[in-house]
Amino acid sequence: MALKLNLHTQPDVPLEADCICPDRMQSLSKSEIEDLIIFHGNRQVPLKDFFECSGEFDGEIFIDGDLSKVKHIGAAMSFGKITINGSVGVHVGAAMSGGEIIIEGDVSDWLGPEMLGGKITVKGNAGHMVGSGYRGSTIGMQGGEIIVHGNVKNETGHVMRRGLIVVGGNTGDFTGVNMVAGTIIVLGEMGIRTGAGMKRGSIICQTKSELLPTFTRSCDYKPLFLQHYFKYLKSIGLAINDSLMNGSFERWCGDSVELNRGEILLYAGK
Amino acid sequence: MKIKSTEIVDTFAEAFKMFGSRIIITAETKEWAMAAAQSITGFATSVIGCKCEAGIEKLINADESPDLRPGVSVLIFAMDAESLGKRLMERIGQCVMTCPSTACYNGLDEGTPVTVGGQLRYFGDGYQISKVLANKKLWRIPVMDGEFLIDDKFNVQESVGGGNLLILGKNQKATLRAASAATKAIRGLTDVILPFPNGVVRSGSKVGSRYKSLIASTNHPYCPTLRGAIEHSELDDGINSVLEIVIDGLSLASVETAMRIGITAAAKPGIKKISAGNYGGGLGQHHLHLHQLLASKDWSGEI
Repeated sequence: MALKLNLHTQPDVPLEADCICPDRMQSLSKSEIEDLIIFHGNRQVPLKDFFECSGEFDGEIFIDGDLSKVKHIGAAMSFGKITINGSVGVHVGAAMSGGEIIIEGDVSDWLGPEMLGGKITVKGNAGHMVGSGYRGSTIGMQGGEIIVHGNVKNETGHVMRRGLIVVGGNTGDFTGVNMVAGTIIVLGEMGIRTGAGMKRGSIICQTKSELLPTFTRSCDYKPLFLQHYFKYLKSIGLAINDSLMNGSFERWCGDSVELNRGEILLYAGK
Repeated sequence: MKIKSTEIVDTFAEAFKMFGSRIIITAETKEWAMAAAQSITGFATSVIGCKCEAGIEKLINADESPDLRPGVSVLIFAMDAESLGKRLMERIGQCVMTCPSTACYNGLDEGTPVTVGGQLRYFGDGYQISKVLANKKLWRIPVMDGEFLIDDKFNVQESVGGGNLLILGKNQKATLRAASAATKAIRGLTDVILPFPNGVVRSGSKVGSRYKSLIASTNHPYCPTLRGAIEHSELDDGINSVLEIVIDGLSLASVETAMRIGITAAAKPGIKKISAGNYGGGLGQHHLHLHQLLASKDWSGEI
């Protein structure tokens, strides 16, 4: 039976709960899990002060409640699965290297920052800085997948180096800013200044977008590699229409203020 | 043992351990995919002279192919994994990457990975791009019609090469007809290929030669023109033509099935005997006895 955590008391200030992670709960008894330390503001309190625990940890954790003030869930996670039945706060899956996190609701900013591997799926919307590097860091997400079915805000994939970010809805401004490599797919619309400062990597969008003047149009073509991505996205439940799979894309290369080896692929229609 | 009027000789085919690989070639149309498949399987009849043996396994419908385009699967065999890796790189580089609109994928789920796309990427002269999806790396190599897409690694696995049948007929016409019937039946199978022209070889070979520089020479006991001129001809009076079908497969079971089906299909009027080639049993790791194959409880005798 999986471990179940239920938020029974809403915190007045954010909770830092990086102990809610399979790596930290592995081989602990229920009472030991209840006594794990979390931060309520700047005070250390046991997990049981805010969460009711039931079941036993078997690699999977279910969390119920409005967790929008709970931070760092699944941080540094390397295996197992966390399912969050609701919305959740910042820094979910920070630097995770394996395992899976599923968020049934919305998620706040800094989803999967500096992630190394594993998979995060958000059924709702996400905030700013999805799969990004922390401020001052030159390398962001280095592997794994982040799938957001809804919309995201600004700076998605900031300094991203590897991995895949998929946004089923729209992204805000600066999508893929300073991107080093990796793949970002946006099935809705993108804001302004997409790919600013990108060195390498691919940003793919289903709709046309105004790009920075430091990007140069290469050609219209059918990027075959996208068939593999779209086929995969269909298999995980994202709506990919046939015209997207069979259509042409405008290829823009940039950012010429950097290496000019990045690409933005914009769906050009049939 | 007889099938209709054809005698099945109580002998065995001596087959060898080889390493095999399946590659999937896709293209914008099945014609272009086939063009690449025909090119990559060219000059690949025998490891003796071609360093590898290759053939087309089957056509692949668009809805079953890795990139939803029509494709062709090809099997390639060599004597060891390292050599096979080299052959894959050479042949994919020269015959698939050069063919318009194609892409090339690993077609084996298991086996030892050898780097192919990861070597061919250098053709991209620094403009190549890698993509990793679901733990699988693909290379995008810029070419003049867009991009050539290829898997980073291809799996190779232990396989079986040199399964064979000898069809001994009363004349060339009847023997060709029987051989064609056998190859047509075997081509309906997966996991096997027939590496020789149209699946049939007339210049069967024996090990060694009176000339020191040759490692193989004509299988003179089965040459009808030599009956009477040599001491140990394997041909009875009335046998005037012999054709061989060589079968390579990804498993012993697949070669056995192909041989059963081939024997049954080839047993036609005008075929006196069906036999098999071996080297006395001392060379090959697998001995495929014709009578045992046909007596197997797994075999209903129908094709």
